Amino acid sequence: MNFESLNTSLQFLKPEIAVSILLVVVVLFDLIFQNNKKALPVISITGLLVTGYFIIEQFTLNGYAFNLLTADAFGAFFKLIVALSAIFVILFSISSSEIIRCEDRQGEYYTLILGMVLGMFLISSATDLILIYLSIELLSLSSYILAGFVKTVERDSEASLKYVIYGGVASGVMLFGISIIYGLTGSTNLYTINSILQSAQLGGFTFIFAGFMVLSGIGFKISIAPFHFWTPDVYEGAPITITAFLSVASKAAGFALLVRFIKITFFDSMSESGYWILLNVIDWQSLLVLLSILTMTLGNFAALWQENLKRMLAYSSIAHAGYLLLAVAVLSNEGLIAVLVYFSIYLFMNLGAFFVVMLIANKIGSEDVDDYKGLGSSVSFLGVALAIFLLSLAGLPPTAGFIAKLYLFIALIDANMVTVAIIALLNTVVAYYYYVRVLKNLYLVRKEVEMEPVGVSFGNKIIILLLLIPVLVFGIYFTPIVNLAKSSIAFIGF
Amino acid sequence: MQIPIEYYLILSAFMFSVGVVGVLTRRNAIVVFMCVELMLNSANLTLITYSSYLGDTVGQLFVFFVMAVAAAEAAVGLAIIIAIFRNKLTINIDEINILKW
Repeated sequence: MNFESLNTSLQFLKPEIAVSILLVVVVLFDLIFQNNKKALPVISITGLLVTGYFIIEQFTLNGYAFNLLTADAFGAFFKLIVALSAIFVILFSISSSEIIRCEDRQGEYYTLILGMVLGMFLISSATDLILIYLSIELLSLSSYILAGFVKTVERDSEASLKYVIYGGVASGVMLFGISIIYGLTGSTNLYTINSILQSAQLGGFTFIFAGFMVLSGIGFKISIAPFHFWTPDVYEGAPITITAFLSVASKAAGFALLVRFIKITFFDSMSESGYWILLNVIDWQSLLVLLSILTMTLGNFAALWQENLKRMLAYSSIAHAGYLLLAVAVLSNEGLIAVLVYFSIYLFMNLGAFFVVMLIANKIGSEDVDDYKGLGSSVSFLGVALAIFLLSLAGLPPTAGFIAKLYLFIALIDANMVTVAIIALLNTVVAYYYYVRVLKNLYLVRKEVEMEPVGVSFGNKIIILLLLIPVLVFGIYFTPIVNLAKSSIAFIGF
Repeated sequence: MQIPIEYYLILSAFMFSVGVVGVLTRRNAIVVFMCVELMLNSANLTLITYSSYLGDTVGQLFVFFVMAVAAAEAAVGLAIIIAIFRNKLTINIDEINILKW
């Protein structure tokens, strides 16, 4: 490799390099100024803002770095979602009572969050099976530790153990699938594998089997049924900031990888109306539709009888993964736009819901739905915010969640998948029940004991407003995100 | 005498199955971890086999990465097992059950 091509490759890696440097800076700062833990989140956020600038630069780029990564608008979109949610999660951590308790380990906490961010950046632009495996492991290893960060609490360490066992199995299965794909095609690069698949009639049972194994590894990250079983346990046990991060950022990165894997590896040609014609190796559409119906039905029905709000939100995030997978299953540019719109809205409403639950749990020390009875008047501002976030998650107009669902259903109906659209619609009706049950407990049930008003600090009010305003504004004025999504579906090579 | 490639592949498939069955049936968290390592190593064997069969070095290169990741995963896993042992004084995964349904 000559110097010039190295230079171009590095140009495409600016966000990743920025996060790596930031990670080292945080570690060193924590080592040198051991008494100044307050500055760590400030440094992390500043660094992530700089990274965000490099990501915005990437929207216009188009190229390969080291034949392992691509720099394109699609990857940049997901990196932006990851960086934004990382900034919010760090802001949440400042006032999280769980994290404040671990005063002496703050440095590790922020370092590991940045490790997750780096892993997710690499996942959303990787086009080589080696890098895909390594970046998934980078993300997983950091999140295993963070899930059990409050190590003195039994619930945290149990979540962490379950996560590491399930995660180890999922990555082992995925790696075995990758090794078979490598053996059949002789390459680990997705573009090379695609051209081999196009020229030779590979396949048969072995290749399909290997494809399923890789899908199970990705499916584990985005928590689709039947690879979802870790989600409720880990989401309930982990510190709530980490739960919020896993439910948004890690899922976004997993979806970016899923779309890239399917669209690059099995791509044949593009029809005029923007539908992808895939190689006749695996019937992706039926498979994904089946998985997504299974996922959303299971997520919504299991959420109905959850007593713990974190666990309920975990099942709701499984159901949302089902809707998103349905948008991927359309296998068209329109479906992809629906995925991007959905994610940019899901980011705000899901993070917001988790943040309010965290602030209330800081005060009343519980996440049980029953403990929310009659809290409505004492948590006036938080209650209203929680109501808006939950209604948006349910998809009620005029919140942004409605727009997200609207684009999904338009894509489904344009692709003549009416039966599937009806099943998804019935699912959203089921979802109303468990979201509204929380609000009923908040406002319509009488108080058992008198509570003094729960105040919110000025800083936290600003954070909630930063999440709340997009949820309300995008519900009415959604042209900007749709335009951003339309300009971000450009894949390199197609 | 050259050993046919099928022998290696059958061995690695067998190792993989042993790993999966072990994860599903064993109750000791450390043994479960050993079974996960067995799954990773069976994938390594497949990679090496194909690498030498195809005359391509990428597979061998991949194995080095996988070994490094497996070591990191074992370190994290054992640390988590120690953390849970301090809290519960057991590493039997049947008794680690406060989070369910």
